Amino acid sequence: MALVETVPGPTAQHTTLSGEEATAQAERKTRRLRWILLTPALAIICGIGIMPLSIILVYSFMSPGPYAGISWEPTFDAWISLVLERDIFDDTLQLNDAHISILFRSLWLALLTTVLTLIFGFPLAYFIATRPARQRNLWLFMISLPFWSNLLVRTFAMMLFLRDDGYINNVLLLIGLIDKPMILIYTEFAVAVGLVYAFLPLMVMPLYASMEKLDFRLIEAGYDLYANRLQVLRRVIIPLVKPGIVAGCILVFIPAIGSWVTPKLLGGGKGLMVGNLISNQFGTSRDWPLGSAIALFLMLMVMIALIIYVRNSTAARDHG
Amino acid sequence: MTPSKTDSSVDGSVAIEAINITKIFGSGADEVRALDDVSVTIRENEFFTLLGPSGCGKTTLLRLIAGFEHPTAGQILLSGSAIGHLPPFQRPVNTVFQNYALFPHMTVAQNIAFGLEMQGKPRAEIDDTVKQMLLLVRMQALAERQTSQLSGGQQQRVALARALAPRPNVLLLDEPLSALDLKLRKEMQIELKRLQHETGITFIFVTHDQEEALTMSDRVAVMNEGKIRQIGTPREIYDHPGERFVAHFIGETNFVEGELISANGSTGQVRLTSGAEVPASLPAERVAPGRVSLVIRPEHAELTENPDAGVFQGQIDNVVYFGTDTHYYLHLDDGTPFMVRLQNQRDEVSTFARGSRAGVTVKGNAAQVLLD
Ligand SMILES: Nc1ncnc2c1ncn2[C@@H]1O[C@H](COP(=O)(O)OP(=O)(O)O)[C@@H](O)[C@H]1O
Ligand SMILES: [Mg+2]
Repeated sequence: MALVETVPGPTAQHTTLSGEEATAQAERKTRRLRWILLTPALAIICGIGIMPLSIILVYSFMSPGPYAGISWEPTFDAWISLVLERDIFDDTLQLNDAHISILFRSLWLALLTTVLTLIFGFPLAYFIATRPARQRNLWLFMISLPFWSNLLVRTFAMMLFLRDDGYINNVLLLIGLIDKPMILIYTEFAVAVGLVYAFLPLMVMPLYASMEKLDFRLIEAGYDLYANRLQVLRRVIIPLVKPGIVAGCILVFIPAIGSWVTPKLLGGGKGLMVGNLISNQFGTSRDWPLGSAIALFLMLMVMIALIIYVRNSTAARDHG
Repeated sequence: MTPSKTDSSVDGSVAIEAINITKIFGSGADEVRALDDVSVTIRENEFFTLLGPSGCGKTTLLRLIAGFEHPTAGQILLSGSAIGHLPPFQRPVNTVFQNYALFPHMTVAQNIAFGLEMQGKPRAEIDDTVKQMLLLVRMQALAERQTSQLSGGQQQRVALARALAPRPNVLLLDEPLSALDLKLRKEMQIELKRLQHETGITFIFVTHDQEEALTMSDRVAVMNEGKIRQIGTPREIYDHPGERFVAHFIGETNFVEGELISANGSTGQVRLTSGAEVPASLPAERVAPGRVSLVIRPEHAELTENPDAGVFQGQIDNVVYFGTDTHYYLHLDDGTPFMVRLQNQRDEVSTFARGSRAGVTVKGNAAQVLLD
């Protein structure tokens, strides 16, 4: 570069780029290449992420069509009827108890599922992580085995257990613990059981991943410094596997709150969740705008919950 | 003083007493006898070192004292009372772990405070003690650091402070210096001695480095293959090794054969293969007259100019200059290799050259008869 500058005359200036210009050009080139390489991923994100979302956003502000679909008349009706309903006699707006109870039930069942999978999954993951290395893969395989079959099939299998003449009632009747079948299926309880069963592996996997990295000598250090079992759990193990707990809770909570098959088959009328409510709008109720509005509302709720949750758990970690 | 394998003559109050401890891991074909009938008594305020090669059971003995393992047989007394039934968190014993095992989710100060918090000490006292400990290990400036941002030596200090903060009766240190480089290790050796002196806490220190053991300890137990081979002060261990293993493991040594012809208390007379007789120290256990092995340290022997004088005669194979001293490698007339270490004087030229013959004399009764 210094050489180029010291050569006088117009030829040098025209035929050679200065060093700065050359690097700038190279940089432009790599930047272009970067965008080209990103294109497939961006296309997927836009095509199957943002586009459909935009469509439901638009639909949610339209009126329902006569048979299905929408008619292009803008209105806030769908968003209003999310939680309110027009009284059929005096036309006043009132809270829509059915929708509100379904929304709360979804939230409650998703939280319950998350807490229960954490309570069952934590010792399970700890157990697997403390097995000799060669046994761990076998345990993980067995934990993930249910994933190999369809959720629908597994839920039908659950029905065989929970039905009035299912295995649980039959066994209890046989040993004389009860004298008439308990009502298990088509209750919130049945949905909770189904959800915990379906999502337990999603909790165990990330928990196991962080427990596997846990330095067990730290646990001994805790015991050595006068911490009893509970204190070691609270002060040493839980803070160290927190990333796994956060990941597991997110992985369980999100699909749980939007679940559809489990409440549909095990919940009956009393166990409907928001997923069923949405699907009803696109099916029998023929109210696509309302279905879109509920779907967006659910997404918004989950996002807010996540932001609060992640912010809290990282703040807690920063403060030790 | 005579070397002894058992450890009955302990005065002062006793901190830890291990009685006939055996520890077996696994079973059947995989059985490992990590400790085999080990008995040792450690006094209060003592800097006691377990020295031995890797795999000899040092860590296992510490883990038994800390409560992480349970003995297959035998028992451990702490200040005279049995602690076998106590879990680790109820034993007034703390450990400095080999890899420090600092809590990565806590700051330096939080690490040091941990044990005190678990003991349920009031906050003001905890803060006070943490401050004292930081001062003691010279880490005041780094109290709020995350432990991942510390150097090896600093982590070492935090581990020490954390283990000392609850004022345990006994501090167990498992090769705490082995991960440090040489310069830092020397520094920490001095630091550890100072800490032990200032706190008055009994230290049980584990190392496989014989020099570290000799320089730091009040007493040393030399271990091999799950057994304690000898217990004594560094000087006793060095000057009066009881067995071939101990003599070999600590310092450089010459082994020669001879015949014990008379014994009188702790000394005896040994006839060497050269026909010469030397006085020698005897081990505490009785040794029958007859063939024995002798240990003679290289610095306890001298060369004579007259190749026919001295108790041995031999040929010098090699001469190595070390600055402070010179090492002469000989083979004696009966074939035994023998090394003599002579201190150098300034500008003095050695008269003993490679290939020449020389006689070897032994100072006083520097020869030690071995049990094996
Ligand atoms: N948990 C264990 N299971 C099986 N064998 C063990 C266990 N801990 C130690 N050992 C064995 O016991 C012997 C002594 O080990 P250790 O006390 O760690 O020796 P050191 O600390 O002196 O190097 C070794 O042979 C080791 O393999
Ligand atoms: Mg060890």
